[in-house]
Amino acid sequence: MINKLVIENLKYRWVRTLLSALVVGVQVMSILTLVGLSEGLLQESAERSKGTGADIFLKPGTQGTISFNTGQVSEKFVPLVAKQPHVVQAVGVLSQMVELVTAMNGVDFPQFEKISGGFRFLAGGPPSGPDDLLVDDSYARQRNLHIGQTVRLLNHPWRLAGIVQGGKLARFIVPITTLQNLTGNGNRISQILVKLDDPALTDQMVIQLNKTLEGQLRAIPLADLLSQFSINNIPQLQTFIWVITALSVVVGFLVVFLSMYTAVIERTREIGILKALGAKPLTIINMLVREAVVLAMVGCGIGIFLSFIARELVTTFLPASMTVIAVPAWWPRAGAIALAGALLGAIYPGLKAARQDAIEALAYE
Amino acid sequence: MSNPEMIRVRDLRKTYRVGEVDVHALRGVDLDVSRGEFLAVVGPSGSGKSTLFHILGGLAPPTAGEVWIDGVDLRKMGESQRTEMRQKKVGFVFQKYNLLPTLSARDNIALARSIASVPAEPPGFSDTLQLLGIANRLDHKPRALSGGEQQRVAIARALVNQPAILLADEPTGNLDTENSTAVLNLLRGLNQRIGQTILMITHNPEAAAFADRTVTMRDGRIK
Repeated sequence: MINKLVIENLKYRWVRTLLSALVVGVQVMSILTLVGLSEGLLQESAERSKGTGADIFLKPGTQGTISFNTGQVSEKFVPLVAKQPHVVQAVGVLSQMVELVTAMNGVDFPQFEKISGGFRFLAGGPPSGPDDLLVDDSYARQRNLHIGQTVRLLNHPWRLAGIVQGGKLARFIVPITTLQNLTGNGNRISQILVKLDDPALTDQMVIQLNKTLEGQLRAIPLADLLSQFSINNIPQLQTFIWVITALSVVVGFLVVFLSMYTAVIERTREIGILKALGAKPLTIINMLVREAVVLAMVGCGIGIFLSFIARELVTTFLPASMTVIAVPAWWPRAGAIALAGALLGAIYPGLKAARQDAIEALAYE
Repeated sequence: MSNPEMIRVRDLRKTYRVGEVDVHALRGVDLDVSRGEFLAVVGPSGSGKSTLFHILGGLAPPTAGEVWIDGVDLRKMGESQRTEMRQKKVGFVFQKYNLLPTLSARDNIALARSIASVPAEPPGFSDTLQLLGIANRLDHKPRALSGGEQQRVAIARALVNQPAILLADEPTGNLDTENSTAVLNLLRGLNQRIGQTILMITHNPEAAAFADRTVTMRDGRIK
């Protein structure tokens, strides 16, 4: 019967119920979209790394596997690595962030083609000059770019030479020398891609390369690199998600608190009636807590639905700027976060209602 | 101690603290109500009727004096025991009906059972609903019921747990003459048919005339 009373109370003040659930839902959507965005970007980065065709990645020894730092490796290591047995090709790549989460790669095209099998051109062709630029199809579509037009990136005018199918290196690919000069990284690169004659020798070669390079560079097999593309391996991202989660709990708390507090004030007389009928304080707290739980659960459902809408909007309007994926594994977590905020928000109104004097409550107009 | 009366009150006193002033609402009330009796309590506003009603119903503790309800001493009761008493020993009927607006008449009645953890309606309760004339109105919410119907639902809710006493505070205060007479006849009928002990507070001498006996309160005492 208490459950029925809870549902009827929520239905009776349906506008407030809907608004409260909607705000909780927006918080849930924020969490799911943020996590989906993070996971999406990492997944995309992993696929781009895989798309290079490299078996081993050489990164600075002091740097984490996933890093946005540029130009920390000297180019002199490239020929040294290329001379090692079983190494078919070694290519230096310089990375530079261009927009918030979009990178540009500088690379020697002929060498990279040997590793990756080359780009698949949807329009135009390989770069022929130092200021030639390749972009992937998503970016070209989002910006409505055409071959031959000038694209200004890093405060530099580039000629769009080709539009390639995405999935190899970054969205923007330019000659490495130009990017090194432009970013003040002369003779420096971010990492070295290594192609072996036999991928089965990867583990053996990782040991050998680490020995040869004496800690100046760290050899990472492709499989290990891919496994590192996770939120858990990026402390800054984890902190950001924690901040958003904490904000969501606070907002959920405030919304449910306000909703429950006004409900308790509005229903003072009804609480008096329940007390006159012999309802215990715990029964009244229980009733309000159940209302908060329903609000949180409905809000969670709305939030999951809104996260799909957000994903569609991002995919439709910003295909090259952001990649958002659905993260069902986070649905229970987002629900728990919404629930935590709602339960915190129900405590004080619940206690206030439970402490309400029955006689005063019955006299309330 | 076994008590032959349904209600036994001796030298009952109640003092409220309002700001820095003590308000003596009850100044030594003595009252006996027999099992199955229908008693009307009349008196002007501020005479202490409602305070007596609240103490007998376990909504407020007495300051001093003895109060026995169906053989149970209220002085020994804490808040939780008084809450339990309200579940099963006392049924309230209020002037403003006090039905929960979100629930149907049936659910308002069922809620009282649920709170008291009474699993099923008592035998013969459907007859009571017939007597109250609301059997075919139970699926309506209070806003779809007339004042008279709401008050009859409130009476049904008060009776569903078979309370020892029914406390009615101005039960006809919000009703027109026709509905007032109907409700008073119902109370009278319940008293006569099922022997329900009823204590009714009223300003109205005509309403009081429906009771077996009338006592008058003035200045916190029964005259």
